[in-house]
Amino acid sequence: MGNPKTLFDKIWASHVINTQDDGTCLIYIDRHLVHEVTSPQAFEGLRNAGRKVRHPELTLAVPDHNVPTTDRSQGIKEEDSRIQVDTLDQNARDTGIHYFPMNDLRQGIVHIVGPEEGFTLPGVTMVCGDSHTSTHGAFGALAFGIGTSEVEHVLATQTLVQKPAKNMLVKVEGDLHPGVTAKDITLAIIGRIGTAGGTGFVIEYAGSAIRALSMEGRMTVCNMAIEGGARAGLIAPDEKTFDYIKGRPMAPKGAAYEQAVEYWKTLPTDDGAHYDKVVELDANDIIPQVTWGTSPEDVAPISAVVPGPDDVTDAGKKKAITRSLEYMGLVAGTPLEEVKIDRVFIGSCTNGRIEDLRAAAVVAKGRKVAASVNAMVVPGSGLVKEQAEAEGLDQIFLEAGFEWREPGCSMCLAMNPDRLEPGERCASTSNRNFEGRQGRGGRTHLLSPAMAVAAAVTGYLTDVRKLEIV
Amino acid sequence: MDKFDTLTGVAAPLPMLNVDTDMIIPKQFLKTIKRSGLGKNLFDEMRFDDNGDEIPGFVLNQPAYRNAKILVTGANFGCGSSREHAPWSLLDFGIRCIIAPSFADIFYNNCFKNGILPIALPQEDVDKLMLDAERGANATVTIDLEKQEITGPDGGCIKFDVEPFRKHCMLNGLDDIGLTLQQGDAINGFEAERALSQPWLSL
Ligand code: SF4
Repeated sequence: MGNPKTLFDKIWASHVINTQDDGTCLIYIDRHLVHEVTSPQAFEGLRNAGRKVRHPELTLAVPDHNVPTTDRSQGIKEEDSRIQVDTLDQNARDTGIHYFPMNDLRQGIVHIVGPEEGFTLPGVTMVCGDSHTSTHGAFGALAFGIGTSEVEHVLATQTLVQKPAKNMLVKVEGDLHPGVTAKDITLAIIGRIGTAGGTGFVIEYAGSAIRALSMEGRMTVCNMAIEGGARAGLIAPDEKTFDYIKGRPMAPKGAAYEQAVEYWKTLPTDDGAHYDKVVELDANDIIPQVTWGTSPEDVAPISAVVPGPDDVTDAGKKKAITRSLEYMGLVAGTPLEEVKIDRVFIGSCTNGRIEDLRAAAVVAKGRKVAASVNAMVVPGSGLVKEQAEAEGLDQIFLEAGFEWREPGCSMCLAMNPDRLEPGERCASTSNRNFEGRQGRGGRTHLLSPAMAVAAAVTGYLTDVRKLEIV
Repeated sequence: MDKFDTLTGVAAPLPMLNVDTDMIIPKQFLKTIKRSGLGKNLFDEMRFDDNGDEIPGFVLNQPAYRNAKILVTGANFGCGSSREHAPWSLLDFGIRCIIAPSFADIFYNNCFKNGILPIALPQEDVDKLMLDAERGANATVTIDLEKQEITGPDGGCIKFDVEPFRKHCMLNGLDDIGLTLQQGDAINGFEAERALSQPWLSL
């Protein structure tokens, strides 16, 4: 058997085509996702060099960042957005890659579409010109974001030049309290390790609290691995993974599926395998989390107060906190539950899946969005939207006063018309609270879908556990 | 890709931690389908006010730094998105070297692919170069990639690390795709083996 190996080591080893003296490897890429923002220059590069797409059938493209989430029958109004989406349409047609155009039922956020279609599988290498490609690690796929030059490289060669990452284990043991979700786990981890804590590592998430999560929850956790600085997150595949994949359109079928499952079962980390860094959290200690600053590591339990520069000793950190608080319009020492909210956004590749909408609907049911708040729900894909409507979730949201939108990235990064006005404060289920992320001057508080609804109905950041669930 | 051997130029100080890709190039400028022309929007929200006028205090708006070729900055530079628009905008502005205590992984890779040299140095070396950079146009810095040396305005010399393969590609302006296509046989062999061992991966 040789040395015990981690899940990452196994996937890596099975994809190395060759290794140079300095450890740089040429690795094979099994699956490639493409969206409209980071791909036009890659296709342009191919064309200029007279190169072809090596394996069009291994690339799946979908427009998501720029698409409107309101009525689409008139197309895209903003010219620059329309040009990007039209360019993807054209490139997809010219090269024969799989493509779900804007008005296809299967259109959605690329990281929601991949798993939905069974394009994402355990043990594969998977890339996309998008940092949240880490999401797919929930299936035990080595999935990471790449730049546009690398997108071009994958299109032309189906390979990438990479160095292996180091192994980091994040273990979360124990049972979560009611009202605490995958989002709270992943935020708590970033709070612990910092936004650079995972730099150079692939994080494997393990422990009973991770195993207990659904596939959707696992995707939420891995989605934010990049926010902890790691290029990829991984969770060992198990029966839940195999069940999720079974029967999906692009997944292996019949005997091929059985053969694949046998292989997938060999992937989990061997006993005694070495990790370069280990971090342990107790699920019992995690209560609903919310960010207060402009970096995902600026996170605190909802019961806390806004921290200040005096809470840290490092001069650089003091400055960063001062700048964050100024941008966020917050005063150190204010209880987080006294922070008033103007907007609520439920959606994104972090929390735009069916389970997220169900969790939000449970809290929204029979309540009303506060008069001072504008709130919207943006399903992660057309299929999520369809499923939610079949379950009547759209009605619950609409009755509560939420807007119910068409699928896309939307206000996660505000490349389409969904955006905050300067100074507006938003409770958001997305993954980034950077300055200007949701619109110039906009202020973002990251939290779970249930917490987002709690904020919507009370008008303040609120511990969802204080609301009675009917 | 342009070759990178030596670079002499003004170094601009940007003493901030965690400068993220949204700060480097805000997303309203990502709607381009070309690689060029993004320099005018580099650091847009720090560089220009709501009316589009320059904010005089921002380093790249100061006369001494308008033609800066080097950026000296804080830890975890380039964190956030994988967007290559970040290095494209730096390059288009004229920045060809970034010196910081550390970089975000994806950004670091993207720099090399676009002919920008990211140099990670111990904090005390960065602090020293930051002080040099604060002296403005009189303080030019020279980067010698072949020798892996940074020479400050006072002649002091700092060594830096760079992976040999990346160095080779930068020095010769080599295109990654061309290099990889030379290994076509190895890729074909890998694919043939994979089709047998993991047939379910074919689509
Ligand atoms: S939802 Fe947000 S984080 Fe996810 S792919 Fe879209 S823009 Fe990126």
